[in-house]
Order: sequence, then C-alpha cells, then structure tokens
Amino acid sequence: MNIRVIQEQARRAFAIAKKDIRIYYYKPPVLISGVLMPIFLYLAFLMGNKPLPVSFLIAGLLGMTLFFTATAVSPVIFPWEGQARTLERLISCPVAPESIIFGDMIASSIFGIVITTIALGIGLVMGAMAIHWALLLSAIILGALCFSAIGILMSVPPTAVPQNIMLLSTLIKFPLIFVSGIFIPIDQLPAAGRMVALISPLTYFTDIARFSYTGEGVFPVFVDIGVLLLFTIILTIAVVVLHKKTMPLRI
Amino acid sequence: MTNVITVSDLTKTYGQVTAVNHISFSVRKGEIFGFLGPNGAGKTTTSRMLTGVIEPDTGRIVILGHNMMQSPVTAKQLFGVVPETSNAYPDLTAWQNLMFMGELYGLSHNTATEKSKNLLSVFGLSKHAEKKVKSFSKGMKQRLVLAMALIHEPQLLFLDEPTSGLDVASTQTILSMLREMNNRGVTIFLTTHNMDEANSLCHRVGIIKSGDLIAIDSPEKLKDTIGQMHQIEISVDGILSEEKLVHLPGIIRVTRKADKWIISADNQDITIRSLVSLCERENLPIVSINTVKPTLDQVFLQLTGGVSS
Repeated sequence: MNIRVIQEQARRAFAIAKKDIRIYYYKPPVLISGVLMPIFLYLAFLMGNKPLPVSFLIAGLLGMTLFFTATAVSPVIFPWEGQARTLERLISCPVAPESIIFGDMIASSIFGIVITTIALGIGLVMGAMAIHWALLLSAIILGALCFSAIGILMSVPPTAVPQNIMLLSTLIKFPLIFVSGIFIPIDQLPAAGRMVALISPLTYFTDIARFSYTGEGVFPVFVDIGVLLLFTIILTIAVVVLHKKTMPLRI
Repeated sequence: MTNVITVSDLTKTYGQVTAVNHISFSVRKGEIFGFLGPNGAGKTTTSRMLTGVIEPDTGRIVILGHNMMQSPVTAKQLFGVVPETSNAYPDLTAWQNLMFMGELYGLSHNTATEKSKNLLSVFGLSKHAEKKVKSFSKGMKQRLVLAMALIHEPQLLFLDEPTSGLDVASTQTILSMLREMNNRGVTIFLTTHNMDEANSLCHRVGIIKSGDLIAIDSPEKLKDTIGQMHQIEISVDGILSEEKLVHLPGIIRVTRKADKWIISADNQDITIRSLVSLCERENLPIVSINTVKPTLDQVFLQLTGGVSS
C-alpha cells in the first residue's frame, strides 16, 4: 500500500467516524452506558463511607469515565450496521475493512475524550489541579484509543442484535472497574484482584492519571505508558484480524 | 467487444451447501445483463461476490480489468451497487447520505456537493434533501439508493431487485433511468425475479439454478432454443373440431382456450399451411391466426424445472 492509498483510506476512515458520530452518539444504549452509568457509579461511590482525597477521587473518576465512554459507542456499531444492512453498503464501497474499523475507533475515542474532558473540568471546579497536564491529556488520547479497541473487540461475535453485545460488554466492563485501582487502590486488593489488575489496561491509565495529579503511582509512569501503548497495538491488531473474519458472517 | 466483468470458475459453499458451483461468464461493455434464477439459486451470493461483499472459495473475478481478490478497493471504485434491501442510513438525511457516499468514493467536497444537488434533482428528491431517510417511502428510499450508487459516475452498476415491492410509477421511473444510464454507456448487471423487466431491459440474461449457470444468451435466442414450445393461436368463424386438428402434420398438442385453439407444433410453417388448408376445405373463415413465441417466463420455468404453461 503506497502513501496515496493510505491517505485516501485515512480520509474515508474519518468520513466513517463522522457518520458514526451523527448516528450513534444519540442511541439510547450509548447514552445509558456512556453517560448515565458513569454518573450513577460516581455518585454511588461519593456517597460511600470511605473518605478519600480529591486527587485520588478525580483520577478514578477520569479512568472510569474514559473507560465507560470510550467503550460505549464502539460495541454497538457493527451489530447495528449488520441489522440495518448498511454494513453491506460500506463493504461494497472502495473502503478497506481496516478503514471501517479505524473509523469506528475514532468515533468511539472522540466520544470518550469529549466526555472525559468534561469530567476533567468538573475536577478543576472541585479543586483538583493536575501537576502533569501534558501527560494527562496524552494519556486520555491513548487510553481512549485503547478502550475503544476493547469496545470493538466486544462486538466481534457476529450478532445483529445490539442488546446482546451491550450485555456482554457490561459483563466485561464492571469487573474491570473494580479491579483497576479506580475505587480501591491496587495494593489494597486481594492477591487474585492484583493479578487481574495487571492485565487490565484501565489499571495503567488510572495510574497515569493518579501520577498526573499526585506525582505518585503504583508503577513508574514510563511503564504505564508503555503497557497502555502495547495494549492498544495488540488490541487493534486483534480487532482487525477478528472483525475481518466475522464481517462476512454479518451480511 | 470488451468484457467489463469476467468470471471464471466461481464457487461458494456454506457448509455442505454449494451456493455457487464453478460458474463462468462475462458481461460485455455497454450491455444490460440480467441474472435470473429461482429463490435460493445463488443469484445474490454471486452478486455479493462480484461486488466484493463476500469472498469466493475458488475462482476469479475481473472487474474492468482489476482482479477483485487482489485489488478490491480499486475495482470497487469503478462500480456502483444498489442492493435488494434499501440500505441508506435511516438516521441520516438524504443529503448526508449522498455526501457520505461522495466521501467514501474520494470525491472532493465541491464535486460531491454539485453531484448530490444534481442527483437529488434528477431523482425528484430535492424537496426531501434535509429529511431523515427513515421518513421516506420505499420508492423514495430506492431512488435515493440509486442516486447514492451513481454519485461517482460509475462505469458499471450492480442492481439487485431494484424495483421489488415498488409501485408502478416508481418502477417505471427507475427502469427508464436505467435505460438512460445504459444509453450513456453504463454497463448494468441486473439481478431480478421479474421476467418482464429482464425481457424488456436486458441484452443478455444468465439463468442460475441450484448454483449452476444453466443458460446464458439474449432473451430472444433463449426463447428460440425452446423450439417445441412454438405455439399457434387460431380462431375461426364456425366449429373446428379437435379431431381434425390433431391429425394435421407437425401438431404436438391442441388446447381450447375461449374462442381459440392453442396449437403446439414442432414446425410452425407446416402447421400454419395445413391449418389454412383445413379451414379452406371446411369453408371456415379465419378470424385470427397468430404465432406465439414462448415468453421469458416459460423459458425460465422450463430451464429451472418449474411448470411451463
């Protein structure tokens, strides 16, 4: 593939992302899992008994918000398009499967970034000032890409019923929230929880966010970034390979 | 004549079922090619393989000189697709759907804008440009899908049952547009159940049955190949007895239909001459005498093993 072809396909991926933003941001399952659920979880957490500093809270809030929002849009797109037969249209157009997948990832990431930026603003109002802004913003972008890939990975099973995927996605997302250092610091988790935390990309994003606010983290920040980047690459490759296999089964 | 589509040894199986079985054919530049077959014969599977929606198990597809398996994106850039189910995005407006297609086919914003305006006008949808497609009637959706397939001015158009379920006015609008496009040089690959449509539109048709391509020719030649089905309709002023008719040379079958006799014959010329002689002998004035060619429906039914009238 030469540069011109890559540029053309990148433009088409952005066109697909624009279409996704117009169509899927307002779908009820997206609003429920991407907006309402993190709000309710956060409120429930605030009303808990454990007093924690704002800097700890805001890092967890950002992690949870980014994770829920960036995985809210991507799982519904493929089942929805399969059901509406619009996927057949996309495949018959001069668009590589990778462009369709990246387009969906971009739309999902933007949703996550925008709502997490709002959460960042709420943190500012609450008096949470980051020490490392550039690091935090870069981590939000990288985390959004990584989590949107997780979202698309959840939609690999070739069902045309978006609700099935939303159920699967909820079953995967909730346990990760509780073992990734958002509500409970990793060192306070039981041994099994700590093991799972290590294989959750959310752990590393939350650790970067916490470092950005407090200057302290469980892992060195370069490890957090490296692992998050590695997860993003591996998940993206997995998404492309698996969706290429299941895409024809949706037609 | 240059081939726009060349298909060689194309096969697709789903588990134990062979949907398409080693078929080969070609579609010439500038022709309307009808692809006919009963339900489940492999029409849509073939059409989806040709448009790159599904991959064949074996075989080769060359579209406008590009191998579909090796350069699918380049090949897809050159054709437009109108699938059976209207698949414009229902949550987008007609305008947004067209502009989205323009972006997917790599048109500049200005070109896509100009083409979209023009197509909406040609298809009578200008007033509905800003309405979401979910509020459209079936005919409007189908016209929009056709417009979306034409935004990049393709040289080849694939259509799958484009008039299925449409009212007469919408059907005629779409058919006349297809003729007009073909007159401008666009090659059309039409998958259809509708024999009248195939008969009136197509230069050649291919008939597929249980995954096998069983016939391919012009509608008229296909009708001619079913020689034993030549029929003669005769009506006389008086009584022409069946007993006398069946003993005429070349007659295979005689059937009464209202005031006419329908005579199946293996040699039209001999049968007509003997019928005229018989009427002269019996002093029966001939009210009408017509030769009836088999319809494409009858050809289709005979070739696909259905019941032929």
